[in-house]
This record gives sequence, C-alpha cells and structure tokens, in this order.
Amino acid sequence: MTNLPQRDKSAPRLGLLIDLDTCVGCHACVVSCKEWNTGGHPAPLSDSDPYGTSPSGTFLNRVHSYEAEGEQGARTLYFPKSCLHCENAACVSVCPTGASYKRVEDGIVLVDEERCIGCGLCAWACPYGAREMDAIDGVMKKCTLCIDRIYNQNIPPEERQPACVNACPAGARHFGDLNDPDSHVSGLVRERGGQDPLAELGYKPTNKYLPPRRPVSLPAGERLEPVAAASGFLGWVDGILSALSK
Amino acid sequence: MHPAYSVIFFTALSGAGYGLLAVLGVGMLVGLLPPHPGFALTALALCLGLIVGGLLCSTLHLHHPERALLAFSQWRSSWLSREGVAAVATFLPAGALGLAWLFPAWLGWLGAAAAIGAIIGAAATVFCTAMIYASLKPVAQWRACWGRLPLVPLVYFAFAFAGGMVCCQALLALFADPLASVFVPATCVAVALAWAAKLLYWRRIDALSAPDLLDATGLKGDWQRIRAFDPPHTERNYLQKEMGYRIARKHRGALRRLAWVGGGVAPIVLLAAAGGSPAAGLLSLTAALLVLAGTLLERWLFFAEAQHTCSLYYGDTTLRGREPTRTRAYFPSRTSRASLT
Repeated sequence: MTNLPQRDKSAPRLGLLIDLDTCVGCHACVVSCKEWNTGGHPAPLSDSDPYGTSPSGTFLNRVHSYEAEGEQGARTLYFPKSCLHCENAACVSVCPTGASYKRVEDGIVLVDEERCIGCGLCAWACPYGAREMDAIDGVMKKCTLCIDRIYNQNIPPEERQPACVNACPAGARHFGDLNDPDSHVSGLVRERGGQDPLAELGYKPTNKYLPPRRPVSLPAGERLEPVAAASGFLGWVDGILSALSK
Repeated sequence: MHPAYSVIFFTALSGAGYGLLAVLGVGMLVGLLPPHPGFALTALALCLGLIVGGLLCSTLHLHHPERALLAFSQWRSSWLSREGVAAVATFLPAGALGLAWLFPAWLGWLGAAAAIGAIIGAAATVFCTAMIYASLKPVAQWRACWGRLPLVPLVYFAFAFAGGMVCCQALLALFADPLASVFVPATCVAVALAWAAKLLYWRRIDALSAPDLLDATGLKGDWQRIRAFDPPHTERNYLQKEMGYRIARKHRGALRRLAWVGGGVAPIVLLAAAGGSPAAGLLSLTAALLVLAGTLLERWLFFAEAQHTCSLYYGDTTLRGREPTRTRAYFPSRTSRASLT
C-alpha cells in the first residue's frame, strides 16, 4: 500500500550523513554504488552505449560540482546526491501500483521492481532527482541504502553499511539512525548543524548534509609575497645575484 | 518537464471526451438531446473515441503496460490510480446513458440516473487527471493558485468543458439540428472561459517565486552565491531528459499567442459566423478542430514550461523566471564530441 506507513516517533530512521566540508569529489561513492547495486539484490543498473561515444546509464548516486561564494571567499563544493529516504516521501504516495514503499521498521524507501509499471510519476514527485528510470529494464531505480549489505549476516560486521560509505576515502559519508539522539550521526548533526536541502517543500528528508566550514582566510597582504630579504646572508645573496643578472 | 506526446494527447483528448460526455449528460437531464439515432450514435462514438483514444495514449507512456491493472490498486493515496479508477467507473453510467438515449422506449427510465452518474464521473476523472500534476510540489508552476484556488484543476475543467461544447456544437451543426444556432453563444462562452483561465494561469506562473541552488543544496548563512560548473556525468541522463526542457522558454510568447488566438479567438469568430450560414456544419467542425489543436498546444506548453526543482542541481538558473547571466554549455555538441574520439 502506498499510503505512507504510520511510523512510531521513535522508530529508527536509517540514512546517510554527508559532510560537504570534507567531500573531495572523487566519485568513489558513485563507482562503488554502481558496482554493488548492479550485481546486488535488484536487477542490474543498465548502461546504454557503454563503450561508445555517448555512454549513459542508471546511477543511484551522483556527485555534482559547484562553486560557492560568499564574503569569506569562494570554494569548490562537491554535492553527492542519492535518495534522502524522506519521512514525507511523496514518491511513495503518488505510486499507482504500490511498487514504491517505505519500510515501517527503518524508514528505508524501496521499489518493488516486479510491480513497477514505469510511469515515472515517482521521479516527478521527488524534488531531489533521486530516482532514475532504467532505460533498458523500464522500471524505476533508486538508492536502497544497500539494504542487502546493512542487514547481511554473511559479510563481516564492519562492512554492514552502504557501499558508498565503505568506499569514501575522505570519511565524508556516515551511515546511522538519524532518529537516535545517541547515534554517531545525530551527534555530528547537532555539532555541525546538519541541514535539509529544499527544507521548505516539507519532505522531511532523513539524510542530512553537514555544511562546509568557513574557509581559512589569510589577510590578502600575506599571500605569496615575493621573498625580500634586505639584510643578512640572504641579503648578500640577493645583492650578488642582482649584480650578476644586470 | 519533457512534453511527452502520449501524455499531451491523453490529457487533451480524454479531457474533451469527458467534456462531451458531461454536455450530453446535461442534455439528457434537460431533455434536449436530439432523438435522431444517427446523431446519437455519432455523438456516442465520438465521445467514446476521444476517451478511449486518450486513455490508450496514456498507456504508451508506460514502460510496462502489461502490469497496468496494478495501477487501479492504490486509489487511497495516488491521484494517478484514482484517475484510472474514475475513468473506468465512468464507462458504466456512460454506457447506460447511451442505451437510454438510443432506446428511450425500453430504457428511458435509466436516463436521469445515468446522466447524473456520467456528469459526476466525467468531472471526477478530469479532476483526478489535473490533481496528478497539481499535487507535485517540486513543480512550482503546477502548484500555482488564484487566491486559494489551484489553477491547474480549473484549467483542466475549463478546457474539458470547452472541448465538449465545441464537439457537441459541431455535431449539431453537421446534423443541421435546429438547436445548433441556439447552442452557439454558450459554446463561445465556454471557449472564452477556458482561455481566460489559461491566461490567468500564465500570468501567475510568470510571477512565481521558486527555490534556487542555495536552497537546493541547503547552504545558508555566509554563502551567497553558488554556481554549477561540472556535471556529474558526461552525457545527459534520464533526469535531464525528463525534467529539463528549454525550447518552450525561448518561444514562450509566440507559442502562447498562437495558442489563444488560433485556439480561442479564431474558433469564436468562426462559430459566430456559423450562426445561420449554410456552411454552418463546416465552420463549426473547423472551430472544433481549432479548439482541440489549441488545447494540444496549450497542453504542450503546460509541460514544457513547467520546471522541476531537480534541474536546479544540474545548473538551471531560470527557475525564478530569469535568464541565466552566465551560461556555459554543460555538454559539447554531438559532432564536437565525436571528433574527440
């Protein structure tokens, strides 16, 4: 049933916490996501023209590159984006077939690919662009929060987290229960001011983003001044070299 | 949003079909339906053709139409599912109305109940179709309101009714029914009202405030400007094909004028001229076709002008109605890309 489940206020909200300050934009999360999920529980994530001149394919996670600017200076900002497993997941309630659903026990939003008719309405209902129609399978694909890893008893406990989190070399991705005030992720959200993108639309995303810290800014005069040594040994070298180069 | 022909034809044609059904229902209630069986058969066939044709068009949009029956299951939450249920349920009173009209001696008693059922069913179906779009928060244009009145359902109702009226008027004129000339003023008013609703919608969506990339990334405080400089991939993906569309914005003024002059003013002039003329049938038919063509163009713009918040992440800076100040093509053209290899 695509009515959103009546979830207990204290029920776990499993999700990702992404640190925009430390993400280096290496796309390792994108590659590991594709690698795991193309061979995982759902059908493969197909590609079109993978070895040709215009390769394109289905991805559950993509990294955007932005340039952010303020009084304090400018910086590049990498913005990884996958399903945010919203509490008010409109992608679920618009689904006409019941293929889209939100799990009662942990809030993960999934697609039952056997029921999906490929109408695409859920992708229209998602403000974040987190769902992609698989061009070959004709069904909607989305982040499963690696549900086939996080509860998987056949892999070592330290690997029971989403593939993207495991792969991130910068430690910019964290996985946990964002509804548990004592969890590692909730602590980071409190400490660093975790934010909801497009909060005004009211989807109540579970995933949170940690904002970039203020860049370390040096006074303009101290930046890369030419070496000018008027006295001492360096002054003597400067004098000799200046005389030689005349 | 990408203007898919399947959805444009579905909403425009089935809308006109349900409009015609509602008009026939009203005619049945007030006892003004021409009893001529030829007229009845043609009107019912046109009505059915528009509705079924439109519904079939909508299934072209599906990647797995063989599972379409599942789409009737989630009417509790999904406007798309409700639309399917309402569309199928409406066939029952519509069929009864047809039988009561064709066989008044045996089944005339069905008339009033069938007519009321058909009017309610047609209105419910068109409303559900409109709400599929009007309920999508990521598309600010489709959430446009006039006061508290959502404009998308209003526009869908107005065009369905106008489409039904012009079809009915064309049939009356072609069958040289005495009602034809009496029906002209009402038809003209319906067409004028539809375009008035559309002009209001256009006025509203031109003055919208929409989120920008700062909202989309959740950046606050010190950060004042943000610009996308590198896409996440080398080719356009599903999201960009489905949610992005720029041609309409480039030609928006011209296309809007073409739609309301060609699909509104011109058919009203033709209908006024049709009044008592011997060519009334031909003129009314042309007017009906013009209104349907105008509706198709209006529907094309409805999708093409709609902007989805997801395009913000891909560097679309036009959601606030501004043209981008600094533009740079994300993707090299096909030829230049081919020359790289």
